[in-house]
Amino acid sequence: MTETVTPTAALPVPIPTTDPRVARAIELIWREAELLDRKAYEAWDALYTDDGFYVIPIDPEAERFDDILNMVYDDARMRRMRVARMTEGYAIAAVDAARTVRTVSRFVPESVSDDQVVVRSAQVLVAYKRENHDLWAADLVHRIRLSPDGPAGDRIVQKIVRLVDSESAVPAAGFLL
Amino acid sequence: MIENVLGTAPADLVREDRVAGRLYTDPELFELEMSRIFERSWIWVAHSSELPRAGSFKSTFVGRQPVIVTKDRKGVVRTLLNRCRHRGASLCEKPSGQVNGFTCPYHAWSYGLDGSLRGIPYPDGYEGVMEKRDLSLARLRTESYGGMIFATLDEDAEPLEDFLGDARLWIDRFMKQGGGYPIKVLGRHRFSFRGNWKIQLENTTDGYHFPIVHRSWMASVDAETADMMSFMTDPTCTTHDLGHGHSVMQMVPEHSDLDADDGSEPLQGRFDDLVAELSKTLDQAQVRKVVRAMHGTGFNLNLFPNVSMSAAFFRVLRPISVNETRIEHVAIGPDGPPELDAVNRERLRIHEHFQGPFGFGTPDDAEGWDRVQRGAAAAPAMPILVNRGLAREKPGPEGWPTSHVTDETGMRAAYAQWKAMMSDD
Ligand code: FES
Ligand SMILES: [Fe+2]
Repeated sequence: MTETVTPTAALPVPIPTTDPRVARAIELIWREAELLDRKAYEAWDALYTDDGFYVIPIDPEAERFDDILNMVYDDARMRRMRVARMTEGYAIAAVDAARTVRTVSRFVPESVSDDQVVVRSAQVLVAYKRENHDLWAADLVHRIRLSPDGPAGDRIVQKIVRLVDSESAVPAAGFLL
Repeated sequence: MIENVLGTAPADLVREDRVAGRLYTDPELFELEMSRIFERSWIWVAHSSELPRAGSFKSTFVGRQPVIVTKDRKGVVRTLLNRCRHRGASLCEKPSGQVNGFTCPYHAWSYGLDGSLRGIPYPDGYEGVMEKRDLSLARLRTESYGGMIFATLDEDAEPLEDFLGDARLWIDRFMKQGGGYPIKVLGRHRFSFRGNWKIQLENTTDGYHFPIVHRSWMASVDAETADMMSFMTDPTCTTHDLGHGHSVMQMVPEHSDLDADDGSEPLQGRFDDLVAELSKTLDQAQVRKVVRAMHGTGFNLNLFPNVSMSAAFFRVLRPISVNETRIEHVAIGPDGPPELDAVNRERLRIHEHFQGPFGFGTPDDAEGWDRVQRGAAAAPAMPILVNRGLAREKPGPEGWPTSHVTDETGMRAAYAQWKAMMSDD
């Protein structure tokens, strides 16, 4: 059974972030954020399902990404190639990547069931490289599949990173959002 | 012994085989470039597919000046300064769209798509002061070739077709990647780097960096695609100086003229599923045309000073300051029947794989350019070398100075034009 909260509804009853299923999703989102800041890309990739997508769109309104240009539109195959790129040592942008610190907060559960949680959140990331701090602000949406075997089996089915400045020029990055 | 490049006059800073490092770092040179190059040359502003009907507009820049490119009621493409004639507010802050005209947000002067001033609120205050017809938006000369739309702030600039000269042949060839259909813009990546615009100008004619900087991309693509881009030691891969600062670098010469196809080249295995899908509705010759053009044409056409028609996309540069540049990588594809959506989907995925701020190619390029800007801060008179292949550069059959694709012939072409424009006061 899925309870959905429409943002436009008058005074909807919010799904509490303390709902144990939502709390599991938030734990996973934080784990992911920490792995990305540590550039532990293999472990990061393992958080995704085989049918999972990692998307950084350009179009802020897009819900479907096949027919439009995105910054990142990774299925499992592309994600694995990306992890190889970030770790194998050939990519000079990754070798000399900025250090990043990100916080993810302002969680809004969008839907929750016993096997899936959709959570929106805000991510603020600061990237430091060669005397410059770059600010990357984004709305995130995570669709997370809860495992019947407990939190260790929870996986990301879809992550969408909507940068506030997705339609203007952002720095070319040697890290992931 | 490589001598330093001394002097401060622009003409002294560029020699045939080297340029002074201060070309990347000197703010005064940058100011001169804005007035002598970006306010005099033809600057690419749009592709015709971005202005499909009357009322379509796109906002962009000519050098540092904000402009709106519109298609007016009569179908004429106009480039208008994005600046109200009253007290200077910008008229349009949307990147593109469809409108009937532009109304200033400040005191609501309204302008037509052709830039003419249509309405002034409470006009009695202007009676006896001025006439509306004298206060159209400033219009830039706008001309196009092969769907490529350029504008210039110089009323006396030579006609666009003369400026493009022999580059026109290559524009014609580039457009053949539509496979018999016109091409259209599919989307664009935008990114910035902390470096001078000429570092990027050079890069689209730099075959030499490819296997080094793009080793990561090469390692991630299929063997056929990697093989296609293995031009380093292939003597048939050449670069030509086309004059006026333009050059063309042929990485895959067998794809330079996509109409020249004897049928012997197998289509890449990675497109098998696509070929099967397209073959349900399109005939074999048509399928072959669009799939063979999947990676675009086999060359980068570098047009001085701000656009490159690069294999399967446009690279557009915008100088922000002496050490900051913004780049667009514009994805393109055939503008044909709905069956070709599958082709364009595949082209979008290929574009995403290499280009943009998170591509497998662009961030590595940007890292290289950042490093050039940082390194060039040392010893402003120490030369940047653009001498590779100088001894083997010869006129080709068409008369174009020609050398190997990894040589710096295209950079020499661009710097010769830079020198001519910068010395002309
Ligand atoms: S500044 Fe535009 S109407 Fe006044
Ligand atoms: Fe490159």
